[in-house]
Amino acid sequence: MTSSSNWGSESLAVLWKDLLSEFRTRYSLSAVLLFSVTALAVVSFSVSPYALDPEAKAAFLWIVLFFSAMSGLSRSFVREEETRTALALRLSASADAVYMGKLLFNIVLQSAVAAIVVPLFLLLMDTRPANPALLTAATALGTLALASSSTIIAAIVSRANAKGALFAVLAFPLSLPGLSSAIGATAEALRGSMPEAGIGAAGDIRVLIAYSALMIAASLLLFDYVWNS
Amino acid sequence: MAAKWFLGVWMILVILGAFFYAPASLGLGQISRIIFFHIPTAWVTVLAFLMCAIYSLRYLKKRQPGDDMAASVSAELGFLFCIIATVSGSIFAKATWGSYWNWDPRETSIFVLLLIYGAYFALRTSVDEPERRGSLSAVYALLAFVTVPILVFVVPRIPAVQSLHPSESVVSTGGEFTMDGRMLTVLLASLAGFTGVLAWVFSLRMRAARLLGTIPQRKED
Repeated sequence: MTSSSNWGSESLAVLWKDLLSEFRTRYSLSAVLLFSVTALAVVSFSVSPYALDPEAKAAFLWIVLFFSAMSGLSRSFVREEETRTALALRLSASADAVYMGKLLFNIVLQSAVAAIVVPLFLLLMDTRPANPALLTAATALGTLALASSSTIIAAIVSRANAKGALFAVLAFPLSLPGLSSAIGATAEALRGSMPEAGIGAAGDIRVLIAYSALMIAASLLLFDYVWNS
Repeated sequence: MAAKWFLGVWMILVILGAFFYAPASLGLGQISRIIFFHIPTAWVTVLAFLMCAIYSLRYLKKRQPGDDMAASVSAELGFLFCIIATVSGSIFAKATWGSYWNWDPRETSIFVLLLIYGAYFALRTSVDEPERRGSLSAVYALLAFVTVPILVFVVPRIPAVQSLHPSESVVSTGGEFTMDGRMLTVLLASLAGFTGVLAWVFSLRMRAARLLGTIPQRKED
């Protein structure tokens, strides 16, 4: 069993490897950004933002972010299987380290997408968030929630046959609690300023934190059965 | 052997009781009789989900193919009862609140359960090797089992959700009608009966799988 200091440096090594290969090719990032910007453009083109209330705007934003995640977050595991580097990875790092490395990579990827999509969204929807701090928190925690539920599903899908559609099918029911809380918190952030928005969104923020912790803990316990099956 | 005849008679009595013995609700009329079938099937689908999670955990620990078969069978039965519960609940919702689907918390959780079952079968059909199929679907069943309590217990208690939706509580706060003693009797009998149906069909499926040789020989370690 590897010691904890090995564990940490191994997962960072996995993260760095994925970041490097992503930076060299930029496949995932380009595909995901292209999708999200297109989806945003369609929404902005077809609906007048002034006719939308905060709930609808929040829902649109998270639809775009969620489907961007569905198209992008399975890449890290699927690519390992496709390029046949998975076996080498199994041999060089412990399962926990691989999971943490891939989780961190997914968080970085999804955060990069959110960092571009959310400001663009505010621009196109001509919205000044009434509560920018809450919006940032809701987006960050929602990103964490999406990444934490998607990573182990990506690992499961990489070991199955029909990879593309299966990922979204498996991930959606599991992501739903995180997604609905993220939408609720974002709607509050767009609608009102402190302290009313804070109180209204407190429950959603707590659910997001609890949900992410739960999914990461469950994934750490179960990942070994997927990775070494 | 005698148990299935007893179960059959019990269910006949439950159905007769639902239509003739229990009174119709004062507020809703005859449509209220649907709760004698909707609530037990919703309960049975959650029970089947729990069974699936337990057999999945056992499979991950011991790798006996029989446990994987049991997880798959209980998921199939859970899926069937989930469809019945969703449809009957939707009919009841139309009669009581005027629309077939409202995304009320309870409706949302039964819908999510339907999606989880569907995803579970999609996963099972996309893996060829039996052992890998067993472990991947077991992991997914356990992940789903861990997520559902959040949806069922936490999300409905968030104030924003409560204020937007009419509460669907039927039995817990009495809803639009009080639970007459006879209604309660038939409801509890129906709960027991449907649980018995689940157990009986589950054992039938397992026996058939063993006889047909669908379960490989017990692995000797």
